[in-house]
Amino acid sequence: MAKGIMYINGQRVPFDGEPNVLAVIRKAGIEMPTFCYYSDLSVYGACRMCVVEDERGKIDTSCSMQPRDGLSIKTNSARLLKHRRMILELMLASHNCNCTICEKSGDCHLQELALQFGVRNVRFEDNREVLPFDDSSPAVVRDPSKCILCGDCVRVCEETIGMGVIDFAKRGYNMQVTPAFGRTLSQTNCISCGQCSAVCPTGAITVYNQIGAAWRAIHDTSKRVVVQIAPAVRVAVGEAFGLPSGKNMLDQMVTALKLMGVDEVYDTTFGADLTTIQEAEEFKARLAAGGPFPMFTSCCPAWIKYLENENPKYLKNVSSCKSPMEMFGALLKEKYQAKDAEDGRTTYHIAIMPCTAKKMEAARPEFATDGVPDVDLVLTTQEIIDMIKESGIQLPQMELESPDTPFGFGSGSGVIFGTTGGVAEAVARYCLPDKTKNTLRKLELSPLRGEESIREATLDVGGTEIRIAVVHGLINAQNLIKRIEAGEVNYHLIEVMTCPTGCVGGAGQPIGRRDKKLERAAGLYTTDKTAIFKRAEFNPVMDDALAGYSEEQLHHMLHVNYVKE
Amino acid sequence: MANGISMERVEAIIDSYGAQRSNLIAIMQDIQAEYKYLSPQVLEKIAEKLNIGVAKVYSVATFYENFSLEAKGKYIIKVCDGTACHVRKSQPIYNAIREHLKLEGKQKTSADGLFTLETVSCLGACGLAPVVTINDQVHSKMTPEAMVALLEQIEKEEADNA
Ligand code: SF4
Ligand code: SF4
Ligand code: SF4
Ligand code: FES
Ligand code: FES
Repeated sequence: MAKGIMYINGQRVPFDGEPNVLAVIRKAGIEMPTFCYYSDLSVYGACRMCVVEDERGKIDTSCSMQPRDGLSIKTNSARLLKHRRMILELMLASHNCNCTICEKSGDCHLQELALQFGVRNVRFEDNREVLPFDDSSPAVVRDPSKCILCGDCVRVCEETIGMGVIDFAKRGYNMQVTPAFGRTLSQTNCISCGQCSAVCPTGAITVYNQIGAAWRAIHDTSKRVVVQIAPAVRVAVGEAFGLPSGKNMLDQMVTALKLMGVDEVYDTTFGADLTTIQEAEEFKARLAAGGPFPMFTSCCPAWIKYLENENPKYLKNVSSCKSPMEMFGALLKEKYQAKDAEDGRTTYHIAIMPCTAKKMEAARPEFATDGVPDVDLVLTTQEIIDMIKESGIQLPQMELESPDTPFGFGSGSGVIFGTTGGVAEAVARYCLPDKTKNTLRKLELSPLRGEESIREATLDVGGTEIRIAVVHGLINAQNLIKRIEAGEVNYHLIEVMTCPTGCVGGAGQPIGRRDKKLERAAGLYTTDKTAIFKRAEFNPVMDDALAGYSEEQLHHMLHVNYVKE
Repeated sequence: MANGISMERVEAIIDSYGAQRSNLIAIMQDIQAEYKYLSPQVLEKIAEKLNIGVAKVYSVATFYENFSLEAKGKYIIKVCDGTACHVRKSQPIYNAIREHLKLEGKQKTSADGLFTLETVSCLGACGLAPVVTINDQVHSKMTPEAMVALLEQIEKEEADNA
């Protein structure tokens, strides 16, 4: 890796292994404007916002420039400022600038940079035909009139998710970013992961907004609105209120939701405990039966959709467990039937999730009872932030209130479901016979934790060597499957999360770079550390919740079969 | 068979390149040479065999003007609209063809599937302007009247052969 000294605006700046000049500039405390640069993605160098000027007056993009010893550059010369302003003006000229009613307003990078560079006038006209709005997906909405052709969505969908659903089409003046043949997303293999919307700097791809439906339910007196909150949400929601990533805001959220008119608030962690127990028992049964292996986790609906769309032969390897959200939904709706009959209200169940794919999952026919979805509505972390703000509630000032009983309690192993490796670790805690702190310590230090995209661990379960793999970023799972097919590796259990870093990095979370996501993960591990119960099987409300149901009823509520005959 | 395209043949062409991604453009050229255009099914097949997203294949197909995504007629008429031909009145020739073939709006191929009308910029034969090619055969110093006569002649031959 290259080492040396660079000069940035005359200042000496040492570099050591930074991948490009842009990273060195940022290290020196100068925030360079970019549209098309993400450290996780390939360098595209198209937006030209990150330009710098060298000693000979040559202008080039810093995101694609190698640091060199003795290199001297300027980041803010008069020419550069003019150049950036011109780019922005051209972008705005072909952009539908209806900011006030745009979904991305306030979070839009184009808006932010236009403001920062003082663009107040657009001298050019746009005569291109307006491409159709696409709201066919249950997860994201595309508005091509807002696209600045930065290619971020194209690269994330191809390089991180491995789907390649959207790409550039045509060229020059007519260039656009679109699914093949100008199709709508619903006509493609899109898995609803939403990562394209998470990287889109403008309002061209946004999360499908269901805030209106949520308010209607809350204000409808004939409905009992019952909420569940996923683990990853609590450690990200504070970011929108000036708090550090990773701070657990669950108890403040409970108070806020009650103030907003929600009737009952529960914790998805309880559902995660259900999943851990069911999935670990299934895993043990497969060990006894000798397969099929590898067993894949089933919590991530985008992963399931990928298998259905592109690799159905592995559906039989997926755990039959519903996701924690859907287990929770099925059990809750069952339990509340009696209550509904008693007071004549209908229970309306809202799940607050870090995830756009959960919107798609909730709408699947498998998860409905007599045509009514078990989870009526999924709101993302960002949507609940918007609703809290709309209500004028100052979240950090809320009193602390624990979630309601009986489903408001989950173990530490349920909380860590929100980050990559958490599900595998929860199952391992259940399966390992030693129930002392030693096991917890051993797992904490094992490769099940960490940020490497593929991690493996070998555990001794009652004399059998169990090989576990943990993978996040769907392309890595696709590659791992290829290696398994080639006979290079094999595992008993594989945890797959579509989003890099797992659900803390879900597309429903507030927008943020990778370091924020890792801080959220750290926040979940801290919560686990301080939890009274660390194992799903020790969850004190579990037995009561499941009492009175037959094996068959439980199986029906908690399991699903994705294999199509 | 879909639209006269044999999917076995398409697969054979892809396989002849070892189904390599790096040969995407060559594969598309070969298929187009055979069928004159690339149907959605063809692009899907290429994507599947090369294990890339169909959006990527569509991206390449729409980037290069040489690729056509629409079925084309048996006779491809290219009217040159380069500067020399334009100055020497290529536009009235183009209009006469459209009128004769009854092409409406964005329609490029005649209803009987016989002709497809396109424009090109400079065929490199400016001295012969205005120039029209029909299936790569060059017709120089054209007029709207001569053009219509040519079309009628082809139509007659086709009818006789039918
Ligand atoms: S939601 Fe995911 S799969 Fe669908 S287009 Fe966006 S990134 Fe690709
Ligand atoms: S949709 Fe968004 S991310 Fe994709 S190219 Fe357009 S502006 Fe960039
Ligand atoms: S990893 Fe989590 S947030 Fe991302 S799609 Fe899967 S379930 Fe949703
Ligand atoms: S960020 Fe460097 S060119 Fe876009
Ligand atoms: S302009 Fe028509 S041949 Fe040159």
